[in-house]
Parts: sequence; C-alpha cells; structure tokens
Amino acid sequence: MIETFGIKLICSKNSCLSPVVCLVVSVSCRLCLVVSCRLCLSPVCLLSSVCLLLSVCLLSSVCLLSSVSVPSTGEVVFCSASTVLKYTQDDLSQRGVFGVLLCTNFRVSFVSDEAPTEEMGQLFKNKLYGENDIPLSCVDNIYGGSEDKRKLITGGLVKNKYPSKMIIHCKDLRVFQFSLSFSKEEDAKKIFQGIVHHCLEPKSLRCLFAFSYCENTSYPEAQRKKQTVMFDSVEDWTQDMKRTKGNCRVVSENSNFELSPKLPQYFIVPKNVSDEDLTKYQGKGLPMWCWSHHSGCALFKTASIPLVQEDNVPQTYMEKMLTAVAHNHLYSVKTEDLSDTLPTVQDILLSYNRFKQFFLIDNTTEFWMSDMKWFSSLDNCGWLDIIRQCLQKAVEVVESLEKENTNVLIMEEGGSDLCCVVSSLVQLMLDPYYRTLLGFQSLVQKEWVAGGHAFLDRSNHLHLKDKVESQSPVFLLFLECVWQLQQQHGPAFQFSETYLTVLSDSIHVPVFTTFLFNNDGHRDSLLRAESPHTQRSPLNCPTVWDWSVQFDCKAQDLFTNPLYTEKPKQDTSVRKSYRPRHLRQLSLPSSAFKTPPKKGFFKDEADNLKKILGVKRLSRWMLSPSSDSPQTSSSVREFYEAWQTKPLDYHGLLLPCLDGPSIRVWMQRYLRWIHDVQILGGGPVAMLSKVSEILGEVQELQRQLDRHGCTLTSNHKGARPRAKTAAAVIAARSSVRLSSSFPFVTSRNWSFKPAIPTSLLQSLMVTGMAGNLADREDDGGPESLV
Amino acid sequence: MESCFIYSVQDMAKDVTYICPYIGALRGTLTVTNYRLFFKCMDREPAFVLDLPLGVVSRVEKIGGASSRGDVSYGLVCKDIRNLRFAHKQMEDSLRKSIFEILMKCAFPVSNGLTIFAFEYGQVYPENGWKVYDAQAEYKRQGLPNESWRITKVNDHYELCDTYPSTLVVPVNIPDEELKRVAAFRAKGRIPVLSWIHPESQATVIRCSQPMVGVNGKRSKDDEKYLQTIMDANAQSHKLFIFDARPSVNAAANKMKGGGYESEDAYQNAELVFLDIHNIHVMRESLRKLKEVVYPNIEESHWFSNLESTHWLEHIKLILAGALRIADKVESGKTSVVVHCSDGWDRTAQLTSLAMVMLDGHYRTIRGFQVLLEKEWLSFGHRFQLRIGHGDKNHTDADRSPVFLQFIDCVWQMTRQFPAAFEFNEYFLITILDHLYSCLFGTFMCNSEQQRVKEELPKKTVSLWAYINSQPEEFTNPLYVNYSNHVLFPVVSMRHLELWVGYYIRWNPRMRPQEPVHQRYKELLAKRAELQKRVEELQREVTNRSASSSSERAGSPTRSITPVQTFV
Repeated sequence: MIETFGIKLICSKNSCLSPVVCLVVSVSCRLCLVVSCRLCLSPVCLLSSVCLLLSVCLLSSVCLLSSVSVPSTGEVVFCSASTVLKYTQDDLSQRGVFGVLLCTNFRVSFVSDEAPTEEMGQLFKNKLYGENDIPLSCVDNIYGGSEDKRKLITGGLVKNKYPSKMIIHCKDLRVFQFSLSFSKEEDAKKIFQGIVHHCLEPKSLRCLFAFSYCENTSYPEAQRKKQTVMFDSVEDWTQDMKRTKGNCRVVSENSNFELSPKLPQYFIVPKNVSDEDLTKYQGKGLPMWCWSHHSGCALFKTASIPLVQEDNVPQTYMEKMLTAVAHNHLYSVKTEDLSDTLPTVQDILLSYNRFKQFFLIDNTTEFWMSDMKWFSSLDNCGWLDIIRQCLQKAVEVVESLEKENTNVLIMEEGGSDLCCVVSSLVQLMLDPYYRTLLGFQSLVQKEWVAGGHAFLDRSNHLHLKDKVESQSPVFLLFLECVWQLQQQHGPAFQFSETYLTVLSDSIHVPVFTTFLFNNDGHRDSLLRAESPHTQRSPLNCPTVWDWSVQFDCKAQDLFTNPLYTEKPKQDTSVRKSYRPRHLRQLSLPSSAFKTPPKKGFFKDEADNLKKILGVKRLSRWMLSPSSDSPQTSSSVREFYEAWQTKPLDYHGLLLPCLDGPSIRVWMQRYLRWIHDVQILGGGPVAMLSKVSEILGEVQELQRQLDRHGCTLTSNHKGARPRAKTAAAVIAARSSVRLSSSFPFVTSRNWSFKPAIPTSLLQSLMVTGMAGNLADREDDGGPESLV
Repeated sequence: MESCFIYSVQDMAKDVTYICPYIGALRGTLTVTNYRLFFKCMDREPAFVLDLPLGVVSRVEKIGGASSRGDVSYGLVCKDIRNLRFAHKQMEDSLRKSIFEILMKCAFPVSNGLTIFAFEYGQVYPENGWKVYDAQAEYKRQGLPNESWRITKVNDHYELCDTYPSTLVVPVNIPDEELKRVAAFRAKGRIPVLSWIHPESQATVIRCSQPMVGVNGKRSKDDEKYLQTIMDANAQSHKLFIFDARPSVNAAANKMKGGGYESEDAYQNAELVFLDIHNIHVMRESLRKLKEVVYPNIEESHWFSNLESTHWLEHIKLILAGALRIADKVESGKTSVVVHCSDGWDRTAQLTSLAMVMLDGHYRTIRGFQVLLEKEWLSFGHRFQLRIGHGDKNHTDADRSPVFLQFIDCVWQMTRQFPAAFEFNEYFLITILDHLYSCLFGTFMCNSEQQRVKEELPKKTVSLWAYINSQPEEFTNPLYVNYSNHVLFPVVSMRHLELWVGYYIRWNPRMRPQEPVHQRYKELLAKRAELQKRVEELQREVTNRSASSSSERAGSPTRSITPVQTFV
C-alpha cells in the first residue's frame, strides 16, 4: 500500500478486468482523491491499447474526476477522451456541448466543459448516476456513424478504426450521440474501443460494478429488513402463508442448498409432498405454493417435466404431485401449461425489440416520420398484445380461484418466467396487500427473486454469447402489466407510475443484488465467494428496495400515489390481520368435489380421484391443446362483466379491462426523453400537483382541528390524506413549468416553442382513400360551386 | 328536466323487443313522444331504460321483411355513434307500421312541415342563456376598440355579408365604403375581420374566406391594401402570415371556380402557408369508418390498425397542428395571422377557435368557452343546420359533416394533455355534443346569426347555456387551476392523441369506468370544504369563549390562535 500526495495505490489479488494494471479512482468523503492500483489475473482479456491508455489517462482523469460527481466508491476509470462533442439530442443542427467522455467500471460518463447548472433537476437526482451517465449494463446498442450512415457495432473491432460519431442507445431509452472528430485521434480510438469493449464484450459476473461497490461501501442492513419482506427466511414464508390462511408445508431443508442449488432456499409445497419427492427431478414438477385464496384454494406453480413417451416415471410422479395439490382431493385442480398459450421468452424479446425502436429517436425528422404510422406500428410489433395476453391469462386464473374455488397449478418449462408474471399478477388482482408499496416489493421478492427468475440470464448483463438466446425482458413485461392495472384503477395502488418507471430503470443499474443472479443458490455462492472476509458473512450488497442508495427522501416521496385509498380501518399490523373485504365464503373448502360449472379453458383434473390418476387423462393435459381459446375469451369476458356491475372496491378484487383502447402505451417510461412530445405545463403532473395541493390543505385543516383538541367525527370514507406525499415536493413549484416528462427531465432545455411536425403533412394523407371526396368542394350541393 | 312540458305521447307499444348489441334481446314497452323515444324493460334488475331524443336519429329504416320466426324489425341510425334495433311480432304489423310512421314523422319534423321541438320546449331557467354572449362586451374584454381597431356597424342589417355577425372589428383606417369593395373580392362577402387580439403584442387573429382570384389571377387593390393595414396595425412585426387551411392542391383547384388563394406577389410581406386540412366530405367519410370500427364491438386484435385506417386521429392531428402553428406565430412570432379556407365557416372556425383556446385562458373557462362557441361558430355562420341536418330526413345530404364534433374532439385532446388548465370537464363537452343533436335547445339551430334573428330564436327557444349554467358544478373540473395568461401548446404527435373513448365508445358497457376519477377529486374537495367549515366553527367558538373569558379574567394570557387560512 503506497500513499503519495493523497493518492493511495492498493494492490490486491482481486478481480479486475485487465491482465495489466488498472487504476481505481474514487473520491473519498474528504474529497481527496484515492487512486488504487490492482493486479488482476482474470482470464478475460482487455485490449492492450485500452490498458495502455489507462496509464496515460491517469493524470487527466484525476483532475477530471474531482469535478465529476462520483456517486460511489470502488469506481475505476478505464479510459477517457476530451473535447468530445455531445449532440443535443433532438435536432439535426449538429449543435452540442463539448466535454470529456469517460469509461469506468460502472458507467460511461460525459462531463461537460460547461459549468454544471444547479437547478430544479436536482429534485429527482439519482445518486448513483447523473443525466449524462450511462451505467455499463444500461447500454443497449452502440452505433458507429459517419456522415449519414450508421452501423451497429457488435464488438470484435478492427484495429485502429473508429467512427467519427458514436450513438449509444440505452435500455432506459435514452439516446446519446457523441462526435469524436474533435478529439485527439489516439484518445478517440481508445475511448471508442474501450466503451465498446466494456459495454458489449463478454465479461465475468465479478466484473460487474456491484462487487467493487459493495466492498467499498458500508451499508446498514438492519434498516431494510424491517421494511420489505425478503422471503429469505422460514419466518417470512410461514407468515405469508398464515396471512393468507394457506395450509401447506414450509420446506427449510434447503437453507444451505443441501437439497439442490437450483431449488429456492425456502419454499412451500403441498402437505402431502414427501421429502424424497422434493429432489426427484431437480425440482421439476414440484408444485410450489404461491398464494392462498380465502376460500381455501390456492395457486401453485411448477417447472414442467419434459415428457418422455416410453417412460412412465415422470407421469407417475406428476400424478402424485397433482394429488398433493388437490389436497387429498378436497379440491379440484386445474392445470395450465403457460408454454402452450403464452408467447415464449424469445417472442417477448423480439416484440420488445421492435417496440422500443419507436422511442429510440435519433432526430426530429425521424420522429415525425414514424409518427404517421404510429398506430399500425404499435399493432405490428405485438408488444401490447403480449401484455394483453398475460393479463388475460391472469384473469383466467383469478376466475378459477375466485369463482370456481379450484386449485390452480400453472407450469412452464423453467417455471420462473411467465409463471412469475402470471402468479404475481393474480396476486395483485386478488390481494390488496400487494398493491401497497411494501407489499409489492415483497411480492417481487417472493415470486421473482426467491422464485428463481433468472434475472442474470434474462438481462444478459455479461454479454455472454451462449446466453444471447436466453435474453428477454420478462420482468419488464410484468411491470408493464402492473402499469396497465394501475392506469385503470389508480386509487387502488399505493405506489405511483414514477415508482414503476424507476424500478424498470433499476434493472440495468448493476449495483443491486436483486437483479444480478439467476436464483438463490447462485446469489449465495457468489456473495460468499466475493466476501472480503472469507469464512464470515457473505458480501453485503444493497437490494433495489434500498431506495436511499439511489434517491433521497424527497425524491422518494414521488413513489407514492397521493390518491391511494387506504383501508378505512387501518390496522397497524396489516399483514397479520389481513382479511379480504370481499370475503363471502367460509375459509372451509366448501366447493370440494363440486363439479366444475362449465367447460373452461383449463383442463379439469379433479372431480374424481380415478380421473386424476388415469395416465391417459394425465398425458392429455400434458399436451394441453389451445384449440378452445375463443371460448376462454368469452368466459373471461363474462367474468369481467359480472365483476364490473358490482360496486367498485379498491380493497377487493381488481380486474383489468382488456379491450383494444384500454391497453395503452406507458407514456412516462417511453416518451420521457423525447423532447418533441413533452407537454410543457401539462401531463399527469399538472393533476398531481393540484391534488397534492388540495391534500396539503386538507392536512393543514386536519392539523388545525387536532390542535383544537377535536377529532373529526364524521367517518368520511374517501381519500384519507396520507402523511407527506408528493405534495411537499411539487406543490411549491408552479406546475406550469413542469412537463409531462416529470420528474425525469428538467425544464432547463426548454425552448418555449411548440414542436411543429416537420414532415410533409400532406404525405400522410390518405392515399387509398376515396380520392374524389378530397377533391370535392366543401359544400356538397352543386349550387354552392361558385 | 322537461317534465313540465308538452310532450305529446305519440304512440306507445307494449311487447317490443330491443335488440341490444351488448345484452341481447330485451322485451319492454316503447313510447314515442314528439321529443323522444323511450324504451323500458322491467325484466331486468335494475330496469333497463333507453331514452333517446329523436333529434339524434339520422335515419329510420325497416330491416327486411318477415323473418322465419315472424319478427319484423327496424333500425335507427343515430348521429351519436350508435344504432338501435327494435323488433315486433309480425301479427302486430299494424302496430309496427304505426310506430315506424310516427318515428318518421317526429324524428324529421322539418321534412314533414312540423316545428322542431326546441320551439315547444319552454323550461324556465334562472339565467337567460341567450345573454351569455354579447359581442360588444367580448371585444371590450379584449381591449377593443383601440387606436388601430374599430367596431363597425356596416353589417348591422347583414347587408355586407349575410353569414357574418352584425358586429365586426376592422382596422380603424378602412372606412365602411372600402369594406364593401373588399367584400366583393372575398367569397360570400366574408371579409377579413378580427377574431382575437394579443393583449400585449397586439398581434391579431383575422378570419375570412378565400379571395376571388380565379383562373386569371384577378387582384384587388382594396383587398391588398386592407391586408397591409392589418399588418401595419401590429407594430411588432413586418410580416403577415396567411394560413390557408386547405391542401394546396384543393386551394389551386378552387381557382377554376373563381376562388383561390393570395399570391405572394400581390400581397407583399405576406407569407402563405397551407395547412392541409381536408374538406367536409373526407371528414364525414372518416367518421363513418370510425363508427364501423368502434360500434357496437371493438375487434381486439387489430384495434390500432383499424383505428389508423379510419384516419380520424390524423385529421384531428392536422387540425390541432394547424391551430398550433397559428398560435405559435401569434404568441412567439408576435405576428398577425389571417386564416381562411374556402368559405371560412368550417375549417376556419376550427382553427381560429382552437388557436384562441390555446392563446387565451378565458376561453378555457365554462363561460368563456360558451362565448367562444357563440362568437367563432354561431355568429360567424358555421352552418349548423346544414352540417347536422336537424329534423331533416335526407341523411345522405352531402352538406352534413362532423366539423364541429372534430373541434370538440380537439378541445378534448387538449384537456387530456392539460388536465388542470380547463375549468370544464369531459361531461361538459359531451353535453354540448348531445344537445348539438337533441333539438331541445335553440342554440345550434339555423345557419347564421341573421337566420337566428329572423326566427326569433332567443325569444322562442331556450339556450343550452341556460341549462348548463343552472348547474355549473356538474360541469366543473375539480382540478382546475387558473393559469391566467399561460399559453398552451399541445403536442400534436400521434403518441399523445387518443381516441375519445368516453364519447365514441360510451355505449359499450365494458368501456365504462366504474367510478369516474373526477368523483374522487370531488370527494377530496368535499372533504376540504367540510374541514374548512369545522375549523371555522371552532374558530368562532374559541373566539367567543376567549372573548367571554377575557372579560371575566382580564389580563390572563389567552391562547394565540392561528388564523385560518383561506383557500381560493
């Protein structure tokens, strides 16, 4: 350990990309620079040119970083280039700002030469990265451009070649355009190759920033534990089962992954599943409990066992599992193979890739051109239809639980993609607890994190070639569905649209353990291996729910929905005393053995024990044809209509309307960075700020009443004002100055000029339309033809 | 609301089947009065009721002869995006015929030489709605007349232009004689007159009809001088923008019929811009397609493509984009603008009134919007009678067109983008559209101010505004924030335009929200009012007590009371 002039060089054996020397630069709290040097033996090779650059850049970087807001410790600058021009995104005028472009182990960062402007944008500042920073895992595509051509860069670069212009598309839909033609050739080459290397080439999980971040950040763990139920202990699972009055068995034998590293650490299975059943097919076919309905029936999910025709063993096993789900035949069971009826993860990826292109806008002209065919493009990419299908499937499951009181077992190949989507949606629709902010976070923990959704493979942060196939925005799809529900039933949700948008961005910030691993076992082994103190506790990393890592308290106020209707009688221990308001039946399985009301979509397994066990029958549901889907849709329709005629209860069952116009585009997430569609002085924030203002007044009045020692006697069942909401944050500012991109874009760049379509308006008009109409005179009668 | 009026029940039939596209066949009683059609089915809980003003009916048609089961039916095609279908048993043929005939008679009084119901409706409201708009008062609000602009009486008896209002604002320097010469050069005598003036920059919005240029490129010195004067009246800019609402091809084609557009040679300092908005026939066809797509059921799978194929939102986009460019020139460019189409009563009315909604917060209030409609649409001669076809059975009339509906749709799009900038709510806009067709109020009768005066509408009919202003709370947006002079620039990208589900798809029960969101805002406001009241009461009590106690024990410190905040 060497220390010179406030520069500290640390050599350690630990993981770092380069085979030569890396420089770790960070700013300590006293703002003196700490430069750590590491030798690293990782087999992943960095281009030597980039490494050489590092030493060259050292001095300039040191000066530089002192002016950058460095959010976190453990950050390594790989390379940098000065006099890079960043185009202001939305015009073709080639205007922009000059500055320094850096690539670190956490982000690509642009530091403007102009003095940073301190203004209201700071309200919703992300502490980890600023508006000119792109976390490496947030980089979606890089294009090299020269003049008007642009080419997708896929890594594997030709030496000494670099484009004059670099366009970066981010996963949070920002678009950056940099011109490298003003920088020194050597610098430009290195920064380009460095960025491409670190953003696109395969790397090891250890190189993700989370590990250096966590090693260098002390982080209070106790605080989080109290809030979100993490489902990382027997207690959490037991409590959730008790809360929903489930009657199953908590399995804790895998707490050290002795049973299987692929099984969750803790999970719940039907009572009749024996110990030896647990590991029979590596957890495949094992019904995992998700949630219990108040009628006593429950939702289970499982990874399906590939069926080998000649071999009866898996079938026998499945029969046994089904019987277990049927709870000794107290309930009927419906099974649903999601692989047959919902799009595959590849379909989801393809559709999303088409969809996102509508929002990754390089320039205004392109934007207005695409505006003409906007609606048909939406249809053609199919993304909204996938959302609709997922919601519809969830409604079908809800119908079985709520109306028919049957147990439902959903399955798919891995059991952790669409199963997670559908099971979480079902729970959101049925259980108001999950519509609270903490409840929602618990739901994600339960179904996605503990449920073993392969976040790492699905995001392919590591750019591994063999994982390209498995990449898919499944979790984003889930958030999209939640957004649709929230859009339709706003007051039922405690969290806001902004919360969902921020959560969708956080997937690509490689700091949170929530999204870095494929399952419990994976997480555990890596965190243990990476721990600086071997033999002791695993590395302590923040989860995404530690929002204070990203946002200060004020900004976090925007996560709550001011119009949320709290339960009229709020118990302090919501989780324990939860009892659904729409409770109409006893918790006893009253519907046991009842014949199913109609031929539904699900294969009905249950009213007869013999039938369940019949191999023939079983293999039939295994093949589960989807021929009767029109019928389903009409059944779902009826179910929705029946629900719709009942008075709305925000703490009861919620169903989404699935008709064409009801499924919308998540404007805040997708349009926030596009200048031409920002509504200045309008958008949802205009409403939000007014509501906040009224709420503030109501609170003030309430306080005055309290001060007079008087409590309001009337039990007004409407909005009970929450303590501190977004009110305080926004009310102070006149909403006239805010835009529909609130809170993501600041008003600094506003030209108060409206965006006027640049395309030839005429050209969009109606080619195939009855042309003679267009040529006619305004006034129909010939008498008016002057 | 019209309980006390002369509804003569024209016919009543029991055991009629209403074939509802959503619920299915419903059996009940059908009543037809001279105002409405009323169907009630008691079999359902709650009872199913259909209540339809006959003015909404566009056409009545018999459907087929006798079906296999002996039913005969007839359908009503309505102007408000729905169709109704009724059926009877065949043996009641005489009855069916009578209902059909009654419907033909009562739904189309004009075609049958009867009076429209508005003339019989005599409900008394606290306010006389016909007094909502007073041209003089409105121009005074805008600061007119001033040193550059005067109010002329030249059209007092509609002699200069029979489709214009009697009160017109023109440049001070142009005497009435010259106005007459300008009128000769403008289609239908609709000369350029002021619609709106910017309170600070004095830039103006001027409306008129097309110049009578013709194939030979005729010029009028008077017209050229007139526009120059309009430009000069605004010291801030040495330019004048002429917005021709039509596609340039159509504008050019008009030359064949004597019309055309201003050439930039003749009008120096003027820049001509075409806004590419299509004519009334294209719009009518677009709405017809839209109805096909949304009524009765929506095809789920290709919703957006189907919507796109109607082009309805593209037209909305073009109209809004045109108005936006006008508003931008006036506000940001401080330049006066002249707006015209062919006759200046359809697209021109859409553009000037929308630009005025963007520019002037007054028009975003409930009463201000009424003034705007009275001024830009009614007094400037949008031909409501022809475009809507009140009481006229000729449903194929090529003069019918949803021009006004498009305007209201554009306003609705703006309320979506600026949810706190309008004093009125969605229900207000829907109510206006419902009574555009209902023939209950006199407001949308006739084609021009002259006709309205002649028909003595203010004397003989009730104004829609009387009804609306008798219960403003129904139409108030609880989240209204008065931005006063803030200019609204809506985003005219398709990304932000959406189909007005609450109007076009309102008959589909699945699309109906269970609890309108504004209900919750209202609750919130009620809560605030309730708390305010209680605080005030307590305040009074405390003041009383402290007053009495201080008199008893003078000098003892009384608790300081925070003054109650008052909220606007």
